[in-house]
Amino acid sequence: MRSELDRPVQRELTRLRVNGEDLELYLPVHKTLLEVLREDLKLTGTKHGCELGECGTCTVLVDGEPQLSCLLLPLQAEGRELTTVEGLAEGAAPHPLQVAFAELGAAQCGYCTPGILLAAKALLVRDPRPSRDGIKEALAGNLCRCTGYVKIIEAVELAAERMS
Amino acid sequence: MLRLPRLRYLRPATAGEAAASLSKLGSRAMFVAGGTDLFPNLKRRQFEPDTLVQVPPLKGVRRVDGHFEIGATVTLAEAAADPGLRAALPGFAEAAGLVSSPPLRNAGTVGGNLCVDTRCNYYNMTYEWRKSIGFCLKKDGDICLVAPSSPRCWAVSSSDTAPAAMVLGASVVLVGPDGERELPVAELYRDDGIEYLAKQPHEVVTAIRLPAPEGLLTAYVKLRRRGSIDFPLAGAAVALTLDGPIVTGCRIALAAVASHPLEVPEAGAFLAGKRLTDETISAAAELAAKPARPLDNADLTHFWRKKMVRVIVERAIRQAATPSTT
Repeated sequence: MRSELDRPVQRELTRLRVNGEDLELYLPVHKTLLEVLREDLKLTGTKHGCELGECGTCTVLVDGEPQLSCLLLPLQAEGRELTTVEGLAEGAAPHPLQVAFAELGAAQCGYCTPGILLAAKALLVRDPRPSRDGIKEALAGNLCRCTGYVKIIEAVELAAERMS
Repeated sequence: MLRLPRLRYLRPATAGEAAASLSKLGSRAMFVAGGTDLFPNLKRRQFEPDTLVQVPPLKGVRRVDGHFEIGATVTLAEAAADPGLRAALPGFAEAAGLVSSPPLRNAGTVGGNLCVDTRCNYYNMTYEWRKSIGFCLKKDGDICLVAPSSPRCWAVSSSDTAPAAMVLGASVVLVGPDGERELPVAELYRDDGIEYLAKQPHEVVTAIRLPAPEGLLTAYVKLRRRGSIDFPLAGAAVALTLDGPIVTGCRIALAAVASHPLEVPEAGAFLAGKRLTDETISAAAELAAKPARPLDNADLTHFWRKKMVRVIVERAIRQAATPSTT
């Protein structure tokens, strides 16, 4: 297994569009989008969790749909619109979801929050007044070990109410 | 941190070119589509290719001459949400919609789920974990840690869509360097945890064809610890035809109780010609559960999983029949 370190690193010019900004990056092809966002673009709002697709904390939006950046190569994301938690606010104004999460204490340790905000944003675009079951289903891929989810669901409901 | 190994990444334009690349590179290369199964496995060094060959986009859910043709890179989320599939083959659409969690269904593909690697508690672990306990037969070792006296690997088939496709008599389109062939899904698998696919490694799945005759009733019921994400601990797919109250045809297949999706023809044959009653459904479920052989290599106890096979088969039969029996 260690012989893999003798292999050359294939780097490719990769065109990414992140939070509305077009970027050209010369990246090792085996570096995940999560690693590129955090290490190369310093967008550390996207969190490192299990790295195996189980926890959802590295969720980003790809063409508006939640996907896990730990299981996505930048080359696979070329030509797609990527949104991280840093792209959620409009200038200095936080997104209504962010406001509701802060007001209702939906973030405790906060580690799952960026992924949950993005999954919730995708839901509200698709369904502006989701049912409680709809919210649970949309957030099913995002683990939270603090809140027990109740405050998170209430915050999504509050944001939905304010946005519509 | 779990990083991917250094890799070359090839993006061929067509399935034929992808197959040709893999044919040339042999076991050094693997196909990747959504990556939701492969990337975790690569991070844990369960495979050690030095090249990944991307399956080119093969999109679209089309209805042609009484069957559905789904492109291999249609995501599980797209398949689960497709209105035509949901109406005609709810069993398959539900199976796709029950795979893993929403963000993974947005990346994972129908072709990928059919080819998903077999799983085992001793195998789906990091390199360091596997090294510490002693490597297993499936990767780097020479004994099966679940059944040490067995000469074979007992890793578990974990596809939800495979049994749902099997009960429809579905087939996959395979493209190799020399052309295309169609293979029934029932013949895509082998009873072995390591060499679990019967296709050639360089053959790429480009589409799945699902027959959808009028009046076919289908359902899929999945057992797992957390309804939001887990791989199946067992799954039951049913396809049923009724003439009034009488069953005229029934196929039942199980997920995650063997190294391959397991069709149980005895149970389907038992129901043919009978009315669906509590007794016949229960007897069919009993027959279906008989060949299920869960081992102590997945979540929860295998005794409970074995007992639950009967329960989920019953539920699946009832769910399939609901529009006509109530």
